[in-house]
Formats: sequence, C-alpha cells, structure tokens
Amino acid sequence: MLEVKDLKARVEDKEILKGINLHVRPGEVHAIMGPNGSGKSTLAGVLAGRETYEVSAGTVRFGDADLIEMEPEVRACEGLFMAFQYPVEIPGVSTINFLKAAVNAVRKHRGQDELDAMDFLALVREKLELVNMDESFLRRSVNAGFSGGEKKRNEVFQMAVLNPKLAILDETDSGLDIDALKIVADGVNALRGPDRAFVVITHYQRLLDHIVPDHVHVLHDGRIVRSGGRELALELEDKGYGWLDKEMAERA
Amino acid sequence: MKSTTESIEQLANREYEWGFVTDIESESIPPGLDEDVIRLISAKKKEPEFLLKWRLKAFRHWQTLKEPTWAFVKYEPIDYQAIAYYSAPKSQEDGPQSLDEVDPELLRTYEKLGIPLEEQKMLAGVAVDAVFDSVSVATTFKDKLAELGIIFCSFSEAVQEHPELVQKWLGSVVPHTDNYFAALNAAVFSDGSFVYIPKGVRCPMELSTYFRINAANTGQFERTLIVAEEGAYVSYLEGCTAPMRDENQLHAAVVELVALDDAQIKYSTVQNWYPGDKDGKGGIYNFVTKRGKCAGVNSKISWTQVETGSAITWKYPSCILQGDNSVGEFYSVALTNNHQQADTGTKMIHIGKNTKSTIISKGISAGFGQNTYRGQVKVLKGAEGARNYSQCDSMLIGDKCGAHTFPYIDVANPTATLEHEASTSKIGEDQIFYCRQRGIETEDAVSMIVNGFCREVFRELPMEFAVEAQKLLGISLEGSVG
Repeated sequence: MLEVKDLKARVEDKEILKGINLHVRPGEVHAIMGPNGSGKSTLAGVLAGRETYEVSAGTVRFGDADLIEMEPEVRACEGLFMAFQYPVEIPGVSTINFLKAAVNAVRKHRGQDELDAMDFLALVREKLELVNMDESFLRRSVNAGFSGGEKKRNEVFQMAVLNPKLAILDETDSGLDIDALKIVADGVNALRGPDRAFVVITHYQRLLDHIVPDHVHVLHDGRIVRSGGRELALELEDKGYGWLDKEMAERA
Repeated sequence: MKSTTESIEQLANREYEWGFVTDIESESIPPGLDEDVIRLISAKKKEPEFLLKWRLKAFRHWQTLKEPTWAFVKYEPIDYQAIAYYSAPKSQEDGPQSLDEVDPELLRTYEKLGIPLEEQKMLAGVAVDAVFDSVSVATTFKDKLAELGIIFCSFSEAVQEHPELVQKWLGSVVPHTDNYFAALNAAVFSDGSFVYIPKGVRCPMELSTYFRINAANTGQFERTLIVAEEGAYVSYLEGCTAPMRDENQLHAAVVELVALDDAQIKYSTVQNWYPGDKDGKGGIYNFVTKRGKCAGVNSKISWTQVETGSAITWKYPSCILQGDNSVGEFYSVALTNNHQQADTGTKMIHIGKNTKSTIISKGISAGFGQNTYRGQVKVLKGAEGARNYSQCDSMLIGDKCGAHTFPYIDVANPTATLEHEASTSKIGEDQIFYCRQRGIETEDAVSMIVNGFCREVFRELPMEFAVEAQKLLGISLEGSVG
C-alpha cells in the first residue's frame, strides 16, 4: 500500500530525512518511534504533502501511484489521512460544515454524488459514538477552544467519517491524559481492518499498549536504525533513547 | 433571488407607471457643473421651489469646501467639471446587443452566483425584450404596502407625491453642509428611494427585490431617505451581489435614516460595484455618506454591510443616539483584493441616557488590497450610562496587502462603559493545509476560512442575502492564494 524508498527531505538547506525505507501493507499497523528531532513529524509531513519540506531524493508509492507528485488534497481524496499533532483551529466554521465539505470533496474526486443532508447526518452520528462525543460538538467551530483531548478525539472522529485507506497518526498521544488516550486508542482500534493500514508516530511506548503495532521502527537522525516487532517498543521503554546515540557513536 | 419574469415585470412596470424614465430618455446635459446645471436638473424633475433652493444652498456651500484627504486611500484627482450631472439612462441601442458582447469574466461570475439568464442580461446592460404584463408583481406589492400606509417609492416620485414629508426630513440627518461629497450629492442628486413607515406599523416584508431593480438605473448620485414613525419597524436591503457595470466612476450617495420613539430600522447592504481589473485599472469610487438618527426613546438602528466591490470605498454608516435607551449597531465585512482600497467604519454618537452601541468590523485584505477600519465612539456629557462594545478584526491573505485600524474614542461622561477589542490574523498556511489534508482544495479552503471569520456579521443579514454574500466572498477572493 505504501512503499517508501530512500526518501530524503530537507527544510531549506537542512537535510532532515536522510534515506527512509518503509513498506506498509494493507491491514498492518506500523509504529515509528524516536527521540525529538529524529525526523518523525517531518516524515508525516512529507507523506501528507506539506510544502515546507522539499523531497530531494527517493520515491514514495501509494497504491499504484507516485505519492510525491500528488497535491495534498489529492492524496486525501485517494485515501491518505493524517491525524495532526497540533490540530488547527478554524474559528467560525462549524465542525459539521467542515466535515461535509471534506466528505463531498472526496466523493466528488471519486465520481460520486454529494451526500444529502440526512444521509450525512446519519453517518456523522454513528461515528460520533466511536469517540464518545455528543452532537453539540458538531456545531462548535473546528477545534476552536477545544481541550487537548477534544482536539485529538476530533481527529479520530474525522478519520472515522472519511474512512481512509492509510491513516498516519502524528503524535496523537501527546498531551493526553490516560482516559483521553484510551478513548482515542479505542477509536483507532475500532477502525482497524484488513484493508486499512496505520502509521503511528509516537515518542512514547504507552500509546502502543493500547494500539498494538505489528511492526516497530526506530528513527534516529533521519534514518530508520532498527525495525522489529512489538518487543522493540518495550525495549526502548526500558532503555530510553540514550543508547541510540551511544550505538551510533560506536558504529562511527 | 427572485425569478426573472418577476424582475422584468417590475422593471417594466416601474417605467410604465411613472413614465419618468421615458420622459427624459432623449435628453442630457453636457459635462460641467454650475448653478444653471442645478436649476436645469431641478426643472427637468419638476421639483418644488424648496428643493431647488436647498440644492443651490448645497452647491454654494460645496464650492467653499475642499476634497477631504484624510482617508487612507490614493487616487488621481477627480475633475468635477468633466462629469455629466444629468444623463438620461443610456439608450439600449448603445449597450451590448447580446451576452456575446459582454465581458466573459463577468458572465462567469453571474453563473457562479446562479443568476438567471434574463437577469444576467439586465445587469450587463443588454437590451431585454419583455412582454409587459398588466398585472404586475410590483403593483401588487405596492398595493399591499399602501394598505398599511407605507410609502415606498423613488425619491423623485416622493418629491411629487409627498413633498411635505420630503421637506420635513430631507437633510435632517445628513445636512447639505455635512461633508464634501454629501454637499455635492445634495446639489445634484439624481434619484434614489424613499420609505415612510407610519406610526405603529411593522413593514411585513423585507424591502429588497424592488430596489434591486430600481438600483439598475439610479445613477451616480443616489439619495435615500427612510423615516420610521413611532413604534414602526422596517428592514431594508440595498444592493446586489452581482457585479454591476457602470460607466460612472464616481458614486457619491447619501442615505438618511430617522427612527422615532420605539422605532427600528435595519439597513443591510451588499456592495459589489466594479472593482477594476487585476492591475487596478478602472473601478468605481464609492464615496458614501450614510447616517441614522435614533431621534426617539428606545429606538434602534442597525447597519449591516458587506463591501466587496469598488476600486475605492469611503464609507462610515453612523448612528446618532439621541433618544434615551436608543441602540445603534454596525456590522461590517469589507474585502479588498487586487488593488482595491477601503477606508470604512462607523461613528456612534451617544447623546441620550443609557444609549448602547455595538461595532463588529471584519476587514479582509488580499492581493495588493488596503483595508482600513476607521471608527469613532463619542459619548457626550449628558449620555449617562452609555455603553459601547467594539470589535475590529483584520485578516491578511498574502504579504503584499495591508490592514489598518484607526479607532477614535471621545468620552465626556464618566459613567460610560467602553470596550474595544482588535485582532489581526494572517490566514494561516496551517489552516489551509489542514483543509487540504481533508480533501478540500485551496480556493474552497480560503473561502471557508474567510466566511468563518465573517460569521458574526453574516448572521445579521437576512437569510437570502447571507447565502449570496457567502458565495460572493468566495468569488471575490478567487486567485488570491497562489
């Protein structure tokens, strides 16, 4: 589903991703862990199409297509969703109108008719339950004045409504208390399925207690330095990220 | 939006009913302005003596004035002697003969606004063949209002039919000496609208569609007067979301509102005159004086404006809060794109006790646009317990535009309470990217974000207008984000 090869990316003159390789198949959950500044959020941003990053080398295939060539909105319409680390506030635009615009943009891209108001409302109500939010939430402006937990739940809620093939969760656990973390994780788990893949980016292993990954990758200084199963995350939890620097130093 | 047939019927009937347009069709006065021109205008309109005198007084005063330069706008000096002050409506033969001859860009905009084909022709000045129906919507409409004693007609008609009302109220809020453009308007005003709501009457409909048609021919020096007697209510809608072609570059209109005890006037404007091209060539100079007087106790005047058109907008719809407990409101969205300039805001003059005013201003600048909020809150000595709340928000799109805020506060009563909030935000790359990540294209995202920014103002507009205004904002911003 997603095939990243030798991906290099920079911001202005600074190279941040220095050759990433990653292969994600349908149904899989990949966790990407690493210390601050290792390039985790850059990777998410490059995959979603943020223009701050310049891809300088490598390829990314999404399904049969070249992901790098696509505009961000086309990536979204093709089924790539990113849950933001810092969801953006849009004052005056209600959550329901925002989501309706998004759903209909995706449907238009697929050659489908727009959903009528009743069908849309039915869809949205069903998904609200998934993240334990009530309907009053739909009338509030997108993320404006939301608590940290509400913002993250809103991301998972949008994901559920938009029904993507590949979801990238960029530090969705940051700033969440344990209850909120559990709600978010339950929402994500409910969306797991044989056709959908997840890339879960996180600093801490605790999220992975709730969203159990198939593969864990450790990112360090713009490269994936180790890959393994779930146990790798536990090892990291034990040792912290400090050993990485040591290991890198020894290699050099 | 009303159907085409209705619109054409109204247009047709208005001409038929008053025969005004037909009378003058073949006549015009050459460019230039002196007392003879004013006498001629007045004579052609068969005006009573008092009005001619008033026009002449205004003209003499205007000659002593200098064009104001304090507004934050730039334009080439206007040659007032090069303007024709009385031009008959253009003969249809001079205009485009079919939509094929009209600027395709204009047609594209009409289409996006969903304006019916026949109405498009009318707005673009194309000759329209209409079969005149003897039972017109306009007439039924007028009859219904007349039953309630409401007068709603062109200014010229009011001068003929109700001279005593015109004489009583004309210039009572915006005197002929008020300012340079208001004095000019008083001297040469062409036509406009007149509304009178008698005591205790609530006008049962929004006074809108009629004006929309009316406006097509009102020329460059409009004058509108609305009087709401004790306990009366009226909601008046001016303008049209469709960009209107006009050969006159200078528009200097005056609007006067009077609300007596317990009366309410709600005045909504959507202004979309031709803004000029992408390089700032052409476009209307919209120099307007609008003022309402809450003359009676517990009266209320609300201005709501959506200003997206014109090359230059110079406009400060204001309220004089004279009656005790009276309320003034100003809700504004002003958008400048490309090379447009706007200097707009309001004045709230608190005279009576416990008077209250609210100002919500949303300025949006894109391209090379310059957008200025200029507002004054003045509390006089006797205005015990006066209250004002002002909120001025600016949004910038791109880095070549400008937003400016000049709030003036002048308080002479220590019991007054004033609150002022202001913010300037740049439409965020982050916001746009967030929308795009959800599948929404950049232009739609910008339109959505800007409409959200303006929501507090749009909700003051009557429903039909609000929907059109939102579409209009999106269209006016096209191409503003690369």
